[in-house]
Amino acid sequence: MTPIWEVFIRARNGLSHRHVGSVHAEDATMALQAARDVYTRRGEGLSIWVVPSNAITASDPADKDVLFEPTASKIYRHPTFYEVPDEVGNM
Amino acid sequence: MATTSITVAATPVVATFLRLADDALIHGHRLSEWTGHAPTLEEELALANIALDLIGQARALYQAAGALCGRTEDELAYLRDARDFRNALIMELPRGDFAFTIARLFLTASSADLFWRSAEIASDADLAAIAAKASKETVYHVRHAAEWLIRLGDGTDESHRRAQDALDALWPYTGEMFEPFPTEPPPSREAWLDAVAPVVARATLRQPADGWMQTGGRSGRHTEHLGHLLAEMQVLPRTHPGATW
Repeated sequence: MTPIWEVFIRARNGLSHRHVGSVHAEDATMALQAARDVYTRRGEGLSIWVVPSNAITASDPADKDVLFEPTASKIYRHPTFYEVPDEVGNM
Repeated sequence: MATTSITVAATPVVATFLRLADDALIHGHRLSEWTGHAPTLEEELALANIALDLIGQARALYQAAGALCGRTEDELAYLRDARDFRNALIMELPRGDFAFTIARLFLTASSADLFWRSAEIASDADLAAIAAKASKETVYHVRHAAEWLIRLGDGTDESHRRAQDALDALWPYTGEMFEPFPTEPPPSREAWLDAVAPVVARATLRQPADGWMQTGGRSGRHTEHLGHLLAEMQVLPRTHPGATW
């Protein structure tokens, strides 16, 4: 099987790389070319990362409740309890 | 065919533009034939991207030629017969297998790379502007084809054999890329060999010896393949003149 690579693209300076999809390629050089050809055809990118898919360690979907449910009741973690002075402007 | 063919009484400058345009259009068309047939989705898009780069270069060159000879880009692409095309024969050969396609792209793009780099400072402002864009595109064409050629040559027994067969079959067609233009200096074959040889060596392929070279495309004497290509490429605008969508 041809290895799969996850593709991350940075659209503009100052932004972070975002996951956009995956490509098949035998090695990193060809994966970068494939990513360029598949995912930047309309001027989407300034920089590309490719990462072997099997290098990614993923959380278990069955752990969803254990990992994420406890945060649902902690609304005080959202920064919505502060009065923002007018002088600060847009945040 | 419902439309009468045109011939262009080309000045030397127009002849230079048409030769470059015909090379790009015919090779672009051959690459576009992989659409729907490429070995992987990724490579299908890569070949289509390169085909579109070449067809884009052809459009700019036909526009420049047409402005000088009173023709539109579509007339120059769709209403000339095979005898009036000036592309090198290597561009019109059938697309062959994937190794042949990659070897042709590598050999021709390596030559185009040398030409476009030097044409960036051409005295003709249109040519210099086209070269500035085409040279960036061509660097990627060379890189893509070289990386593939290395992997095909240094891959399996079958991919090595196919890559070597392609290189051997194409080599006698490489002479035309260095024939003089009416107005511009052609790329140097020595510089081209310097660029090609290291990649061929890395691909563990045997570089064919320079021997007898095919010629004729620059004066309109083509292989039988160009007529078939043009019949397919030109049938719609010739049958439905002025058709748009």
